[in-house]
Amino acid sequence: MATNGKPKFAMYWAAACGGCEISVLNIHEKILDVDANFDVVFWPVAMDSKYKDVEAMPDQSILLTLFNGGIRNEENEEIAHLLRKKSQLLVAFGSCASEGGIPALANLGTRQSIFETAYFTVSTENPAQVYPQSTYEAPEGELHIPRIYPVLKTLDQVVPVDYYMPGCPPEPHQISAVIDLVIQVLQGKAELPPKGSVIGAGMSTVCDECTRKRNEKKLKKFVRIQDVETIDPELCLLEQGIPCNGPATRSGCNARCPSVGAQCVGCYGPAEGVIDYGARLMSSFASVIDSNDPEEVDRILNGIPDPAGQFYRFNLAKSILRASRYAWKGE
Amino acid sequence: MSEKIGVYICHCGSNIAGKVDVEEVSRWAKERFPNVAVSRDYKFMCSSPGQELIEQDIKEHGLTRVVVAACSPHLHEKTFRGACERAGLNPYLFEMVSVREHVSWVTEDQIEATIKSKALIEGAIHRVAYHQPLTPIRVEINPNVMVVGGGVAGIQAALEIADSGSHVFMVEREPSIGGHMAQFDKTFPTLDCSACILTPKMFDVGNHPNITLLTWSEVEKVDGYVGNFTVRVRKKARKVNEDLCTGCLVCQEKCPKRVVDNVFEAGMSRRKAIYVPFPQAVPNHPVMDVENCLYFKTGRCKVCEKVCPTGAIDFTQEDEILELNIGNIILATGYDLFDPKRIPQYGYGKLPNVLTSLEFERLTNASGPTNGEVYLADGKTAPKAIGIIHCVGSRDKNYNEYCSSICCMQSLKFAHLAHEKTGAQVYNFYIDIRTPLKDYEEFYNRVLDEGTIFVRGKVGEVTDMARTQEEEGKLIIQVFDTLAGVQRRVPVDMVVLSVAIQPRKDSVETGKTFGIACGAQGWMIERHPKLDPVATMTDGIFIAGCAQGPKDIPASVAQGAAAAARVIGRIQQGNIMLEPIRATIEEERCSGCRICNSLCPFNAITFDEVKEVSVINEALCQGCGTCVAACPAGAISGTHYSNEQILAQIEGVLDHALLAVK
Amino acid sequence: MTDNPTNHFEPVVLGFTCNWCSYRAADGAGLARAKYPPNIRLIRLMCSGRVDPQFIMKALAEGADGVLVTGCHPGDCHYIEQNYKTMRRYKILSRTLEQMGIEPQRVRLVWASAAEGLILAKEIADFVEEIRELGPLNWPKWDKPLPVEVLSEEAVPEEI
Repeated sequence: MATNGKPKFAMYWAAACGGCEISVLNIHEKILDVDANFDVVFWPVAMDSKYKDVEAMPDQSILLTLFNGGIRNEENEEIAHLLRKKSQLLVAFGSCASEGGIPALANLGTRQSIFETAYFTVSTENPAQVYPQSTYEAPEGELHIPRIYPVLKTLDQVVPVDYYMPGCPPEPHQISAVIDLVIQVLQGKAELPPKGSVIGAGMSTVCDECTRKRNEKKLKKFVRIQDVETIDPELCLLEQGIPCNGPATRSGCNARCPSVGAQCVGCYGPAEGVIDYGARLMSSFASVIDSNDPEEVDRILNGIPDPAGQFYRFNLAKSILRASRYAWKGE
Repeated sequence: MSEKIGVYICHCGSNIAGKVDVEEVSRWAKERFPNVAVSRDYKFMCSSPGQELIEQDIKEHGLTRVVVAACSPHLHEKTFRGACERAGLNPYLFEMVSVREHVSWVTEDQIEATIKSKALIEGAIHRVAYHQPLTPIRVEINPNVMVVGGGVAGIQAALEIADSGSHVFMVEREPSIGGHMAQFDKTFPTLDCSACILTPKMFDVGNHPNITLLTWSEVEKVDGYVGNFTVRVRKKARKVNEDLCTGCLVCQEKCPKRVVDNVFEAGMSRRKAIYVPFPQAVPNHPVMDVENCLYFKTGRCKVCEKVCPTGAIDFTQEDEILELNIGNIILATGYDLFDPKRIPQYGYGKLPNVLTSLEFERLTNASGPTNGEVYLADGKTAPKAIGIIHCVGSRDKNYNEYCSSICCMQSLKFAHLAHEKTGAQVYNFYIDIRTPLKDYEEFYNRVLDEGTIFVRGKVGEVTDMARTQEEEGKLIIQVFDTLAGVQRRVPVDMVVLSVAIQPRKDSVETGKTFGIACGAQGWMIERHPKLDPVATMTDGIFIAGCAQGPKDIPASVAQGAAAAARVIGRIQQGNIMLEPIRATIEEERCSGCRICNSLCPFNAITFDEVKEVSVINEALCQGCGTCVAACPAGAISGTHYSNEQILAQIEGVLDHALLAVK
Repeated sequence: MTDNPTNHFEPVVLGFTCNWCSYRAADGAGLARAKYPPNIRLIRLMCSGRVDPQFIMKALAEGADGVLVTGCHPGDCHYIEQNYKTMRRYKILSRTLEQMGIEPQRVRLVWASAAEGLILAKEIADFVEEIRELGPLNWPKWDKPLPVEVLSEEAVPEEI
């Protein structure tokens, strides 16, 4: 632990893919600003430090902790509590920590189905159908590994969170902007936004940054993007029948995906003030279906065969219902 | 929340208190909720002392919100809002729940009724904390009025408004005003000559300084909102210069081309290619039927132009588009008739001498195709027996379930005219005789006395297949006589079908143009079926006459006058206040996705191409909240039905402590 | 809810009504003194088109065992055609709720005109019965710990 007087910085990954770490590294030479202004005291991807090192730190001694990944098991929750205790500013970094992210999709099914998929499916050689137990009697004694919760939670569903940075991952230019802001605050040149704010993102939705042409919406179909022969590069994707979540997704990414002809999947989360992201998409998509005939509406909706996946791909854990009955009931 | 809520539960005599423990609810409200400053129950909250309770509490306790649990808000929401306003509290900081219609009157068990009342009141208490003070929106009223439809209802409305001093634009799609009433011979029950009583009014319309008559014209587009409509009217080209035309009708006389008149004469005779629909037409300027005019079809003729003494014929005349600024609009677009070809067993269109009511009207009309004589299809033989069939296409689940209201009287009138003009034996085949209004029953008795034979039974078939010698050459009406209990075959020479009256074929499109709805059958929807028959849900648009539903001439006239009175009242006030339940778009949050743009039937949502955001015109917005629910960015909020308010109400109403457990 | 066998389940059902048709229908049922189960609690909106899927989900999450969405008949909407949007949203929500393990019968869409008070009363009674048969939804109150019987290890066949 360095005692060079620089404010301390930590980054941790819970149920995560590592993409957030990569995105931080993707700020390229700006990482030097991080190094210049902060003391990195805990960052599993980049350095070898132990939990007991963190436990030994005084409370609130870490100025800024970027916590990414969802809360899937006991370990994730334990470290969340630990880092909350040791940090002044705890940021839910990335989609998983903010709203559950892709791991939250597991909330659609049972724990049992997760294990079966992970341990019994084709790509796994497991003839004896063994899977991990949280407790194991070894000759040397009883072994414990963290229990997986039936329902994945977001960071703020287990500890109070100061700020949220959405994105899967948050865009490097946004990360740079936030780092700049924090450095300015340290230098007394700027103020932190109110606690609980979303930072590193815009105030509107992706359409605001998307350069495609938009007209009145009257949808007669929904199609998978793979099934579209030629995608008109100038026209709104939704108007071409491709279910683009852009209208409901917070801006800040410069509409990266639509600009290269891919539909927005919603990784930047809901717009400001929105409680349930999926509800916004359901309501808006359905409202502009161009039919008053119930049967035709059904046919058109068959173009979205997995509505929960389409509308809650990144934020099931933050939705009003949070998890399917299968998940919390276990069957 | 640091609000001070006053909660009032009405006993409504024993209507509520007999089932709901109102004292207990009042106690509970005070104890349970820290933000409830005052909680009372009272015998009749809507009475003066009841309202004064509220006003006093607002002043003395500094109440910031008020909840009343009583009857339906549709009855007294305005009353209690008024009480709040008088005490200095914004009337929209008030919420009302029905514990009478929705609880005490529909629940058996007293405990369950009390619990349910508590749940609803808790919902209101949670909700009202999020209410915002609102101010109604004031809009100016342009004194110009548009009346669409020149039938008797429209004529009445136009004359009353014009006489009051405001200017009326009457738009009529046919070449002349007069509507269906101009086609009739006599009107029941007085047997007034229809034209005699109508044409003076038509003349007044044509000559009124305050009426601009636009016939052969249609409304294409309506923009704007109450008091401030912009209406685009297409004045179709008559090919006649109305300033020069004197109505001498030499052109009509000399025109070589005859065309079957399917409109005014109901296909019973022919007119010319340049024509006025009937001699008393207003205006009496002819119209050229370019689809049948020889010049337009072959390039030859132009006789009319040659014979016109004032040079009024103008083959090059184009349609004219007018943009009119209008404050209020009255729709009096009338009705269409049921097509009896849909009932093939009645033989209409196949058998000669089976006529619709309108065709019979034209026969009996003195200026009709047979100068008022009733002849068979051969044009010279008078029928010796006439069968008049009631309810053709009405009161029939296969066609129209409703009763067309006027056909019994009309059928009786036909019976009378048939007696008068032909001396024939007249049979009326009916299901019920509906003669409810003034002098109608007496008319029925008169027709009975004239020797009409009434057979109660729904006619099964009209056929020319004779079974006996007597039936040869006749039309046989096959009917089960329900009073006598026998099948009958009644041979007649002529059959008159009293066909249903139906909404205009394009009533739904018309409704859409003006921003009003039509019911499932196509009649235009009134604001309230009992208490507001001439207003619609759209401010500034009124309806009158058969466009609203089947009715007779006195009722159409009454509705025309009623609509006129409402409009005149509005014009006198000069402005009106609109309910402030509206949606607004927060510009900063709007990304311009345009999903809301196609959702507003009132065209309140437009897209600003410069700022690339959508915008709501608050005067056009009717407050339905559909766009609020649809906006994917949550950028649209609705006053008085905001997300916070509704979510709070949901939480309150579902308080699990208030579960009825048996 | 508890395992007391003498406590039988009384559904709680939320109903969204529109100011012009279905709310008036409910008033009409009251005027006609038509009795229906008290298990339903009605919320008044201006139009069924205001019904946001988040309201329905909130209701289910807050303890409602079922939600009834009501409005004017297609073609009769006071605001011309907004109930069609309600119908479209209802369909997409229904599919999504099914993936969430919520039986589609728990959310029902019913059209009722202002004159159809008795019909609405019957629909309510029918709906409450259907929910009674489906049983309680008992959606977890997420800010409280999951109830023992929900999180119990028995819920997962094999220990992990």
